[in-house]
Amino acid sequence: MSKIIVVTSGKGGVGKTTTAAAIATGLAQKGHMTAVIDFDVGLRNLDLILGCERRVVYDFVNIIKDEARLSQALIKDKRTDNLYILPASQTRDKDALTHEGVGSVLNDLQEQGFDYIVCDSPAGIEHGALMALYFADEAFIVSNPEVSSVRDSDRILGILQSRSRRAEKGGEPVKEHLILTRYDPQRVDNGDMLAVDDILEILAVPLLGVVPESKSVLQSSNSGVPVILDEISPAGQAYQDIVSRFLGEDLPHRFMRVEKKPLLRRLFG
Amino acid sequence: MRLLDYFKSTRNNNSASTAKDRLQVIIAHERQALRGPDYLPALRRDILEVIKRYIPVSEKQLELHVEQEAGYEVLELNVTLPDEEKIAS
Repeated sequence: MSKIIVVTSGKGGVGKTTTAAAIATGLAQKGHMTAVIDFDVGLRNLDLILGCERRVVYDFVNIIKDEARLSQALIKDKRTDNLYILPASQTRDKDALTHEGVGSVLNDLQEQGFDYIVCDSPAGIEHGALMALYFADEAFIVSNPEVSSVRDSDRILGILQSRSRRAEKGGEPVKEHLILTRYDPQRVDNGDMLAVDDILEILAVPLLGVVPESKSVLQSSNSGVPVILDEISPAGQAYQDIVSRFLGEDLPHRFMRVEKKPLLRRLFG
Repeated sequence: MRLLDYFKSTRNNNSASTAKDRLQVIIAHERQALRGPDYLPALRRDILEVIKRYIPVSEKQLELHVEQEAGYEVLELNVTLPDEEKIAS
C-alpha cells in the first residue's frame, strides 16, 4: 500500500521544503521506496536542498505534457538509497499542473512500487498548493510558533477538509499531523513565543514533532544535504524522531523544554 | 551582563499570551466565515435583496450563520430592523 503525503503550510518560509527533504530522506533510510515531488512550479528549490540541482534534465511538467518519460525525469539520490526526486519546472506557468496530469503521474509512481510519495507544496493557497494537497492521504502541516503562520495553518486545514480528493469523494478524511519548526523553548519560557501546547489547543491537530531552531538547518541547505543526515544536530534528531513516530514508533517528544545548564554557566556563560 | 539578563528574563514579559488570545479570536471568526457552505455569500446577498424590497436594511444589519448542533446543521438568520422613524422618513 503506497501513501501520498503532502507537506504544506499556507505561509511561506516556515520550512516546508526542509521538512519534505528531511522526511523523504528519513523514510528512504528506513528502507521504504520514496519519491519526493516539488510542486512549486516556477520556483524550484527542492533540488537545491537535496543537492541534486545539477542533475535536473527533465521535470514534472515535461512528464505531464508527455515530453519525457517518468524514468527520465526521476533523479536517483546519490546519498540515500530508495530516494528519488521529481523536480519542478523552472519556466512553465503553474496551470500546467492539471488534475488528470498530476493524478496519472502519482498513479504511475504507485504502480512502480513506491511506498511513499511526498508532495512538497508551494506556499499560498493558489493552484499549485491545491494540486499538491488534492491527492493526499496524509498531510504534514508545517508551522512556526508565530501568529501569521498558525493562522495560515488553520486556513490550510480548512482547505484540506473541503477541497482534497478525500473530502470531495466523501471517504475517510486526510490524516493530519502537525510539525512545529523553529521552536525556541527559552523564548517560550520568557513568555515571548507561543508554546507548543497553546498551538495544539488552537489548531487541534495531533503533534508529530517539534523541530528546534537550529544552526544546522542553514548549514545543511548551504551544502545541499538534507538536515536529517546531520545526526548530531538537534534538528536532524528531531526529524529522525518525526519519521520514526510517523512509522508507528512510540517515542517521547523532545526539544520542547530548555536544557538545564549548570547554574554557574547560566549566570556567567 | 549575563547576570542582568538572567533576572530580566524572569520578569513576565508576556507577548505570547497576547498572541494566543488574538489567534483564538481571529481563528474562531474565520472558521465560521470560511467553513460554511460555498453558497453562503450568494444566499446572504439574495436574502438581503428580498428584505430590502420591504424594509430598508443595510448589509451590516443582516447576520447569517450555519452552525452545527447535535448532528444537525442550523441556518441562523438575524436581521436588525431599523427604528420606525427612519422607515417613515
